[in-house]
Amino acid sequence: MTTAQRPPTPSLPTRDLPTHTVPTNYLIGGAALPDGTRADILLADGRIDEIGTGISAAGATRIDADGLVALPGLVDLHTHLREPGYEQSETVLTGSQAAARGGFTSVFAMANTSPVQDTAGVVEQVLALGEAAGYVTVQPIGAVTVGLKGQSLAELGAMAASRARVRVFSDDGFCVSDPLLMRRALEYVKAFGGVVAQHAQEPRLTEGAQMNEGALSGELGLAGWPAVAEESIIARDVLLAEHVGSRLHICHVSTAGSVDVIRWAKARGIDVTAEVTPHHLLLTEDLIAGYDARYKVNPPLRRREDTEALRAGLADGTIDIVATDHAPHPVEAKDCEWDAAANGMVGLESALSVVHASVVANGLLDWADVARVLSQTPARIGRIEGQGHSLAAGAPAELTLYDPAVNRVFGTDDLSGKGVNSPYLGVTLPGRVVSTFHRGYPTVLNGQLQDASLIADAGRESPRG
Amino acid sequence: MRHLLTTKGLDSDTAITLLDVAEDMADVADREIRKLPTLRGKTVVNLFFEDSTRTRISFEAAAKRLSADVINFSAKGSSVSKGESLKDTAQTLAAIGADGVVIRHPASGAPQVLADSGWIDAGIINAGDGTHEHPTQALLDAFTIRRRLHGKASRGKDLDGVTVTIVGDILHSRVARSNVWLLAGLGADVTLVAPPTLVPADTSGWPARVEFDLDAAVDTQPDVVMMLRIQAERMHGSFFPNSREYSRRWGLDDARFARLGTDSIVMHPGPMNRGLEISSMAADSQQSTVREQVANGVSVRMAALYLLLSGDREGTK
Ligand SMILES: [Zn+2]
Repeated sequence: MTTAQRPPTPSLPTRDLPTHTVPTNYLIGGAALPDGTRADILLADGRIDEIGTGISAAGATRIDADGLVALPGLVDLHTHLREPGYEQSETVLTGSQAAARGGFTSVFAMANTSPVQDTAGVVEQVLALGEAAGYVTVQPIGAVTVGLKGQSLAELGAMAASRARVRVFSDDGFCVSDPLLMRRALEYVKAFGGVVAQHAQEPRLTEGAQMNEGALSGELGLAGWPAVAEESIIARDVLLAEHVGSRLHICHVSTAGSVDVIRWAKARGIDVTAEVTPHHLLLTEDLIAGYDARYKVNPPLRRREDTEALRAGLADGTIDIVATDHAPHPVEAKDCEWDAAANGMVGLESALSVVHASVVANGLLDWADVARVLSQTPARIGRIEGQGHSLAAGAPAELTLYDPAVNRVFGTDDLSGKGVNSPYLGVTLPGRVVSTFHRGYPTVLNGQLQDASLIADAGRESPRG
Repeated sequence: MRHLLTTKGLDSDTAITLLDVAEDMADVADREIRKLPTLRGKTVVNLFFEDSTRTRISFEAAAKRLSADVINFSAKGSSVSKGESLKDTAQTLAAIGADGVVIRHPASGAPQVLADSGWIDAGIINAGDGTHEHPTQALLDAFTIRRRLHGKASRGKDLDGVTVTIVGDILHSRVARSNVWLLAGLGADVTLVAPPTLVPADTSGWPARVEFDLDAAVDTQPDVVMMLRIQAERMHGSFFPNSREYSRRWGLDDARFARLGTDSIVMHPGPMNRGLEISSMAADSQQSTVREQVANGVSVRMAALYLLLSGDREGTK
């Protein structure tokens, strides 16, 4: 593995660290697996060495996981890491830390950086920054069009063939609204097993849009973002995908009508997958009544009926995955009047708890379903290696230990990225990520994010892939 | 009253109190010395992020008649991206020691953000925010209707059973929103008439009927017809084909005006597009309250400033 593109990493501090490197063998005792059975899990050399009952391993660091759920390391198909270009909002390092804190072992980094991730050079830079940070596998997403401008195709093949092995392409933030360009993109990425992840938003129907169009937008005097602007693009794109026989992914589905369209498309055999964000599963538009810009997000928070349709769609498999759309912003981007505020919420650190609150607590999903929608299926959609495996002997040691029994008031202490634009501050959420293991080493242990230089070293020294 | 941000949620007792205080203020305007010492030593800032000379001078006259010190702060074009933010402006005004801030802003909700922010402790009056509300306009409209109907006997009265038809661009009108909540809250029977393109997506929760046919509405002989201004930018948004067709279908032209009852009231918040949403005959008629509305605006704004800023504000929270 070349290290030529890795930026200089900070040298290991000489203060009182217990050992020069992180131990790589861990025996996790008595965790509940996603299927509910209890097991010990031995991690060695970056793999799950053994899984079962009564395992003993001399020299392994023992971790008591009594009462904790062990999940395969979470995979986020939709993360904004902001670097290069917007380092005041987030960097690959801080976003990776937020991810680890939330139980993630891999994130797909959206392309709307500056410069845009529309060339092999930029995606390789982001990949290298992720490797250097070492907290999670950072898998760059490539832009569909040059500069996200929606006019001409970016060098999709070059990004696919680069060291970053890009398979997911998205102009997220912007809809590929030109139907011909969308058709071409869908067709072209077939050459390397790619997928186009569409931000479904008809631009003319959403000019100046500020919130969900409905009774509340009329009352608040905020320009409406109508559900049909999302649903009409999804309807068009599933038909395009059918016509050209391509794979399509729909980002952050937010309306009941969209769930219906996707359900129809899947019944028809169209190769479409869809994601929902944690916030669209839990939060509704009525939070906007006080014009608090923390609730400003695109697509906007919708009605209670939409939230319920999204939950049902996730439960019945119409919606394949949960993805965070983690979107950090500096404080001033939210500390202002609604129209001037930026869209987006941070979501990595709170995702698992919000999924727990919205679809696990009410029995719609069990932990095996959570493993599917937050790890296995996103890894499969994104064609990423070393992620999304079931917890079994021989699988990569990517896993998360979650305590489902606690309740906590979510606060800024729970955030590890640069952004504090979380809609959950002060809200009581269930559960807590206790530990996260990436490539066999802990990135979070007992709720504590592990030291950056230690993780960078561990990442450098542990086997990849 | 701590702030005046909306008419939605303003209970009718409070509204009637404000209108009654405005009657007292109107009496002051009829005296030889038109000034009260009530707000001596208080500072009122007119914070205008959007041009509106009419509204600003109305608030300025109101504050000066109450002997307040007035600072006009024009912050047009300000936003996070260009120029000073609302937060920085608010903190500047707090440092100056503003007791009251009258804010006009192109963003809906900006006055509420200011009131909730903790950036400034002053009483906030919404002088029009985006396409949300313009509460003092609605209060002066209610005041004007009440005076026309009850004259000197207005004090203490609500608008029970008064039929009001509001015509025009409801979707983008803060005047319409504030009037719907206020007039209906005072007991009026409110009908909105507009092209379907200029009605908000879902008005099922509004205490008002929505109609598309102005002729039918005129033939019900409403007590009040309030015409809204059509903004130039609507001409280019495909909300309606052109101004001629708008005028023909939704304008108060001479023929429709002639069919109204002779004691009906014709209102317009101004500035008017004569010949577009309202004919000169209607605008200049005895039934028109256009000039009264301007005069009453000062009285109503005096009342609002008085109720917000006189005495111990903490005690009136
Ligand atoms: Zn998006």
